[in-house]
Amino acid sequence: MSLSPAQLDRIAYRRRQTVISVLIAAASTLVVGVLLAVGLTGAPGWDRVRESFFDLSVARDALPDVAAGLWLNVRLLVFCALGALALGLLIALLRTLRGPVFFPVRALATGYTYTFRGLPLIIVLYVLTLGVPGLRLEGMPSVLVLGGIALVITYAGYLAEVFRAGIESVHPSQLAAARSLGLTYRQTMRHVVLPQAVRRVAPPLLNDTVALQKDVGLVSLAGPIDAVRAAQISTAETFNYTPYIVAGVLFVLLAMPLIAVTDWVTLRAARRQS
Amino acid sequence: MILSVQGVRKVFGSHRVLDGLDLSVDEHQVVALIGASGSGKSTLLRCVNLLEDIDDGMIWLDGEHITDPRVNPDKVRQRIGIVFQSYNLFPHMTVLENITLAPVRVHRRSAKEAADAAREWLTRVGLAEKADAYPDRLSGGQQQRVAIVRALINSPRLLLLDEVTSALDPELVGEVLSMIRDLKGEGMTMVLATHEMGFARQVADTVCFLDGGKVLEQGPPEQVFGDPSEPRTRQFLSRIIEAGRL
Ligand SMILES: Nc1ncnc2c1ncn2[C@@H]1O[C@H](COP(=O)(O)OP(=O)(O)O)[C@@H](O)[C@H]1O
Ligand SMILES: [Mg+2]
Repeated sequence: MSLSPAQLDRIAYRRRQTVISVLIAAASTLVVGVLLAVGLTGAPGWDRVRESFFDLSVARDALPDVAAGLWLNVRLLVFCALGALALGLLIALLRTLRGPVFFPVRALATGYTYTFRGLPLIIVLYVLTLGVPGLRLEGMPSVLVLGGIALVITYAGYLAEVFRAGIESVHPSQLAAARSLGLTYRQTMRHVVLPQAVRRVAPPLLNDTVALQKDVGLVSLAGPIDAVRAAQISTAETFNYTPYIVAGVLFVLLAMPLIAVTDWVTLRAARRQS
Repeated sequence: MILSVQGVRKVFGSHRVLDGLDLSVDEHQVVALIGASGSGKSTLLRCVNLLEDIDDGMIWLDGEHITDPRVNPDKVRQRIGIVFQSYNLFPHMTVLENITLAPVRVHRRSAKEAADAAREWLTRVGLAEKADAYPDRLSGGQQQRVAIVRALINSPRLLLLDEVTSALDPELVGEVLSMIRDLKGEGMTMVLATHEMGFARQVADTVCFLDGGKVLEQGPPEQVFGDPSEPRTRQFLSRIIEAGRL
């Protein structure tokens, strides 16, 4: 296939433009980077900042403990995310139940989402991890499990609303089509409404999971040695805040793949809508 | 008689959309509903399929009073097929999954048996190679034919068609109409709401003109189109002729 001179000229022109754009971007990045570095290191007090937050030897000493603590965060995140998704979906489904028999169930599910979206997570955490063990009941789960439960029940409140928004976004004509085929209400929910709803709300669900992965660090308030708690211990030993920075960097690194997946899913969903 | 609609009333707010409407449909009969936009054609079809509750009157299907509140509507809908103007295929399912959903979940046929029946239907309507495609990869005419197959595979006693060609580009209308013509040849009992007067004339045994919430005039197409007795019908038809649709 031979191209006309006009097309060859267009291709050559676009290629030149691309090269120029890349060069401009590189130069601009370099200038901004140098300005930032000079501004930061030249600022008064930079030496003290570096000592208390970016002390490399302190970082090296703290890293093993903080990383070990992070493993706990990771495990907690996986269980809490799965638990909150399951409970959130259940509550969203309970809110869609119809008929007078289910009135109390619907009311409870609605009350649940109102309560746990309004209640600060920290209060739920304190009540469950500090208050409940004080009851000295038989077979009390560990503080860690209680902290996990606090995260699950709080996040389930948000996720239930996300699922419900998804369920309501499915057009009534889809329900009519399913019912007209003789499917029962439950079969319609199961095979027609939910699959579409979940696909549509995958981006906000993942976003809440990113938020959850940060809040998992709050269980340190109750004592379990996760990354945040490990950093706190090492800070108390050295009177240096570098371990917190280490923990922070690890959290960000941990979140990156999840955030990348979220962005990708969101982009794909947006493209499918258009 | 398969379907008998007796004095049905349907009110939205203060608007009486159906106001004591009577209609009967015999086996193998094709009835075309015509009337201005908003005259209640879709509402009537939705009432027959129990997608809307009626406010008065009765609807009978095969000698059973289906608007009796003790009747299970899911069981009634299993015997009636309906196809909508906007196709309403399930976007997350392939063509084959769309068609086999009800046979497998409602009629308890095996997945294999249902898929075989679905492929046979798709071959008949020239869509065999689309079995595994998702609806958004199909043209409007293809989607609508899939929607008709989805309704037909459950062997309904009665097929309701609600302006199944109005959302289609003109060049795609023909393929859907020819499918309906074939169904008539096979003796399928149908009630169709339509704007395609030419088609209603060809395929319908009886044409019903809806106006004021009632069937104002009905008869064979030659009579209703050729020599309408009601002034309102004449007025409606002359507007249609002006719009170039007859
Ligand atoms: N769900 C509804 N709520 C309120 N009004 C409705 C509803 N469905 C239909 N209508 C009204 O009922 C009338 C008849 O509508 P429809 O049956 O769709 O007419 P047609 O199909 O003949 O164009 C219209 O005025 C419409 O606005
Ligand atoms: Mg209509």
